[in-house]
Amino acid sequence: MLIISNLKAAINEKNILKGVSLEVKAGEIHAIMGPNGSGKSTLAAVIAGRDLARITEGTVTFMGKNLLEMTPEERARQGLFLGFQYPIEIPGVSMMNFMKTAVNEQRKYKGLDPLSASDFLKIMREKKELVGIDSKLTNRSVNEGFSGGEKKKNEIFQMAMLEPKLAILDETDSGLDIDALRIVANGVNKLKTPDSSVIVITHYQRLLDFIIPDVVHVLYDGRIVRTAGKELALELEDKGYDWIRKEIETSGLS
Amino acid sequence: MENDQDKIINNVTSGEYKYGFHSDIEIDSIPKGLNEDVIRNISLRKEEPEWLLEYRLEAFRHWQTMTIPQWANLKIPDIDFQDIIYYAAPKKKQGGSQHANSIDPELKKTFEKLGIPLEEQNHLAGVAVDAVMDSVSVKTTFKEILAEEGIIFSSFSDAVKEYPDLVRRYLGTVVPHTDNFFAALNSAVFSDGSFCYIPKGVRCPMELSTYFRINAANTGQFERTLLIADEESYVSYLEGCTAPMRDENQLHAAIVEIIVENNAEVKYSTVQNWYPGDKEGKGGIFNFVTKRGLCRGENSKISWTQVETGSSITWKYPSCILKGDNSTGEFYSVAVTNNYQQADTGTKMIHIGRNTKSTIVSKGISAGHAQNSYRGLVRVLKKASGSRNFSQCDSLLLGDKCGAHTFPYIEVDNQTSIVEHEATTSKIGEDQIFYCNQRGISTEDAIGLIVNGYAREILNKLPMEFAVEAQKLLQISLEGSVG
Amino acid sequence: MNVHNDCRERYHKLYEKNIEKIKAKSSPYVNACREPAFEKFMQLGIPTTKNENYRYTDLSHFFNYDYKNYFLPGREDFLKAEQFRCNVPDLDTHGIILLNGFYPTLTDKLRELPGGIMVGSLNEAAKTFGDKIAQHYNRFINGDSDGLVHLNTAMAFDGIFVYVPSGVKLQKPVQVVNLVDSDNDIFNQHRNLIIVEKNADLTLIICDHTLSPQKFLTNAVTEVYVGEDSHFDIIRVQNEHNNAAKITHTFIHQEKNSTASSNNITLHGGLVRNSTHHFLGGEGAECSAYGLYLSDKFQHIDNYINVNHAFPNCRSNQLFKGVLDDMAKGVFNGRIYVMKDAQGTVAYQKNNSILLTDDAVMDTKPQLEIYADDVKCSHGATIGQLDEDALFYLQSRGIDRREAQLMLMFAFAHEVIQNINVEALRERMDSLVMQRLRGELSRCANCMVKCG
Ligand SMILES: Nc1ncnc2c1ncn2[C@@H]1O[C@H](COP(=O)(O)OP(=O)(O)OP(=O)(O)O)[C@@H](O)[C@H]1O
Ligand SMILES: [Mg+2]
Repeated sequence: MLIISNLKAAINEKNILKGVSLEVKAGEIHAIMGPNGSGKSTLAAVIAGRDLARITEGTVTFMGKNLLEMTPEERARQGLFLGFQYPIEIPGVSMMNFMKTAVNEQRKYKGLDPLSASDFLKIMREKKELVGIDSKLTNRSVNEGFSGGEKKKNEIFQMAMLEPKLAILDETDSGLDIDALRIVANGVNKLKTPDSSVIVITHYQRLLDFIIPDVVHVLYDGRIVRTAGKELALELEDKGYDWIRKEIETSGLS
Repeated sequence: MENDQDKIINNVTSGEYKYGFHSDIEIDSIPKGLNEDVIRNISLRKEEPEWLLEYRLEAFRHWQTMTIPQWANLKIPDIDFQDIIYYAAPKKKQGGSQHANSIDPELKKTFEKLGIPLEEQNHLAGVAVDAVMDSVSVKTTFKEILAEEGIIFSSFSDAVKEYPDLVRRYLGTVVPHTDNFFAALNSAVFSDGSFCYIPKGVRCPMELSTYFRINAANTGQFERTLLIADEESYVSYLEGCTAPMRDENQLHAAIVEIIVENNAEVKYSTVQNWYPGDKEGKGGIFNFVTKRGLCRGENSKISWTQVETGSSITWKYPSCILKGDNSTGEFYSVAVTNNYQQADTGTKMIHIGRNTKSTIVSKGISAGHAQNSYRGLVRVLKKASGSRNFSQCDSLLLGDKCGAHTFPYIEVDNQTSIVEHEATTSKIGEDQIFYCNQRGISTEDAIGLIVNGYAREILNKLPMEFAVEAQKLLQISLEGSVG
Repeated sequence: MNVHNDCRERYHKLYEKNIEKIKAKSSPYVNACREPAFEKFMQLGIPTTKNENYRYTDLSHFFNYDYKNYFLPGREDFLKAEQFRCNVPDLDTHGIILLNGFYPTLTDKLRELPGGIMVGSLNEAAKTFGDKIAQHYNRFINGDSDGLVHLNTAMAFDGIFVYVPSGVKLQKPVQVVNLVDSDNDIFNQHRNLIIVEKNADLTLIICDHTLSPQKFLTNAVTEVYVGEDSHFDIIRVQNEHNNAAKITHTFIHQEKNSTASSNNITLHGGLVRNSTHHFLGGEGAECSAYGLYLSDKFQHIDNYINVNHAFPNCRSNQLFKGVLDDMAKGVFNGRIYVMKDAQGTVAYQKNNSILLTDDAVMDTKPQLEIYADDVKCSHGATIGQLDEDALFYLQSRGIDRREAQLMLMFAFAHEVIQNINVEALRERMDSLVMQRLRGELSRCANCMVKCG
């Protein structure tokens, strides 16, 4: 579904991604872990099409198409979803109008008629329940004045509304209380279909207790330095990143 | 609480000016008044070349067509320009040169009293000083050491003699003699000041500084500073000033011009402490200054930092013309006005080149019956794509008889630029004072702490030695209450 | 300097030539104000860019021009007015039409609404409400240093009069539809006087339209008295063609504990200058001043706002926003003035502008002048573009970049619109702003269709 090969990207002339290769097949759940500043969010942003980072090398294909040639909205309509680490507040743009526009743009792309107001409200209601988001939040402007946890739930709510093929969730677990973590994780699991995929970026095993990954990667200094099964996450939880750092240093990779 | 604060604020006004003494030095001066003969006389005494006299005369003729600017938020009393002495110099002893190693002991004493020793061995390590008394420079230290690096640091008069071509090439290129009333006046009668040239690729190894002292009565001070930073060079320059306490007002009208080439940087710091007048507003210096820097080269940078505590009237707008692509201008200012002081000060940032950046942080503190205005212009020209400005102008009011005013002008002709301006005006926070009180700190100390904290961001921009001085000065200016 | 003098002379001649005609049909009190006002005008002249308050707005093109009829209504005016209908859905108002600055009906020139409210022609009201007029007319502008205000006092003949007696709260807004329509290039000066007595309530909507493509110049003065404990809102919606100049001066005088708001929404206009003055003339008074300007082509929109805190414990808030396209120029001149004894003042001001092209220009000059110490005042001004992060967020949800830009611009403008407290009008404004942003309203540029 998603094939990234030798992707390099720089922000303000500083190389952040230094050759990332990764393949996510339909139906798989991948976890990306790695120390702060290693480039996880940058990778997510590059995939979603944020032009802050300049791509210097490499390719990204999504469902067989060259992702890097598409605008961010085209990528979204192809079924790519990014749950932001820091969702931005957009005063004055109501959640309702925002979601309606997004859903209908996607329908238009698929050749479907726009949803009627009542159908739209019905779906909104269902999805709100699914992710346990407070009804009142959707009456406000996008993320405006939301608490940290509310913003994260709102991301999952939007994912539920848009039903993506590939969702990249950047630290969606941070800022959530224990109940919310479970609700959000359940939401992700319920939304997951046999042929949709998820990439979760996280620092903690506790999310992976709920969303069980098929593959775990470690991103370190702009490269994927280790790929293994779910046991890798447990090992990291236990030992931190120091041992990886040492191994890399001895192997002379960095 | 209210009464307490009133008392404290009253105390503020009793802070004494510590540099108000007058030194008994024989002076040699040209009689009061201004006409072409006086200008010829100044030029003659300074043994200037013909072209400079012509420059002065042209400026004078232009000045005669001009009137004193009225746009500032200042009440400027009528100034009788014929009632001022335009040239006064400490008398040379037995025909010796002023820059000879033997300085008049009285002069030396004066500067020592001001904390500016003129003997190199006594001086703060790492600061070279040009000391200017009234119309002439009396001593420039560390000249030789600097010369080894190719740095020229001398009095303006010496520079005219020794480097006439350099002076001629740059004089008036940033502030033309037609620029404004006071610039025209200065261009006609300027006396002394500093000249500084940093050659390509040189990081000036020490702070350069000029100390200005007005001593003689009825005398105006018209200094002129010219600073050139060639490619890839760096210099940090400081300027300080004081004057005796006198009942009459004295005029100070200076020009500072800075030219910065590719990848060079100039940091210009001022601690302005001219005599501010007494509690009733009698006396004090009228300070009308034109300071402007041209970021001519790419990636060049000018940073102005000023602590303005003195003068009865301040009219001053250190500015940056950001001509080179990616050049940067900064302006950091604390202006304190007390008693009957008036200040109208700020900056201009003119964005001409692409991706030019400017930052303005201005803190005004007003007490007594003082009026304190920030006036600033940010102009982004059409070609200056990708430019940015951020301005923050805050005013703090101590007492209910003073005023604080903010007049920013923002003119943007370019779509890809971002300009942000913020300003706040408030009285000193009662909850902050209470918080301090609750921790056992007296109200007076609390105000001191808060004001210092308020100005911290600016003081931190000053070179170390100066920062300490400036902090003391701030305390003295608001002494009694804000110590 | 020359242009300046020329202009003064031009208006001097005009005054001499027409004043007797104007006087003949006006009331004695209004007439008594004319001569001193004209003298003041002759001192001050037409403001030039040398005047700090007009630094960025050059009026000379419009004032140095020969217009046809200036002062008195013609017969055809009366016929035309009848045809115009405002079509804002569900907007239920007491409507009045002003055509070329005159109250265009011969009968029913002053209507009485329930509760003793009077609405109608100022010229007519001066005959029967002489004492009220004497009490308030020309009272709130006297010290003003703008020559145009005095030119208006000297020569204005008619305009709107609204009187709300003590204790009366008018539920429906009064809506003034200000039409300019003529076969000639015309200059009109009208004068409105609004009196809201104690503990009363009034919402006034003024819609400015041009209906024919000639060159028009309007110089209008509105004086408003808001009594103790009263509430007053004025909403001005401007939709004029690119060859029209509209200069409005609004003086709102507020007594103790009154609240008032002004909202200037400029959708279209060649040259627009709105100056709004809120004078907080009693303790505990509050005011809000809003403005929205959306302009393109060579349009020039200047908002001047002055809030004067003359008494303690008053509050004020200013919010002006604009989007500038093509070669348009926006100007904001905002002032908060806190007088010596106005302790406990809280005053805010914000001006945000978005430039959509490299040829658009925004000049802004927010000012704080503060002579009291127990105050909380702030202003902020930004000039920039739409937030890239917000745009990306919207795009990442599949929304088209162009659509995302529109959404953000609309949200930007809505922050001003949302303060309109007449729901039907607010909704109408939202949709007009959306149309305007989509470029669908641009035909208004030379529109002769009476779309309202
Ligand atoms: N806009 C930017 N400008 C400059 N540097 C940036 C920018 N965005 C990211 N960086 C730098 O890129 C590097 C990678 O950042 P990134 O946000 O991708 O890390 P991360 O792995 O997501 O970290 P975390 O676990 O803390 O979220 C960091 O060094 C960061 O400082
Ligand atoms: Mg991250």
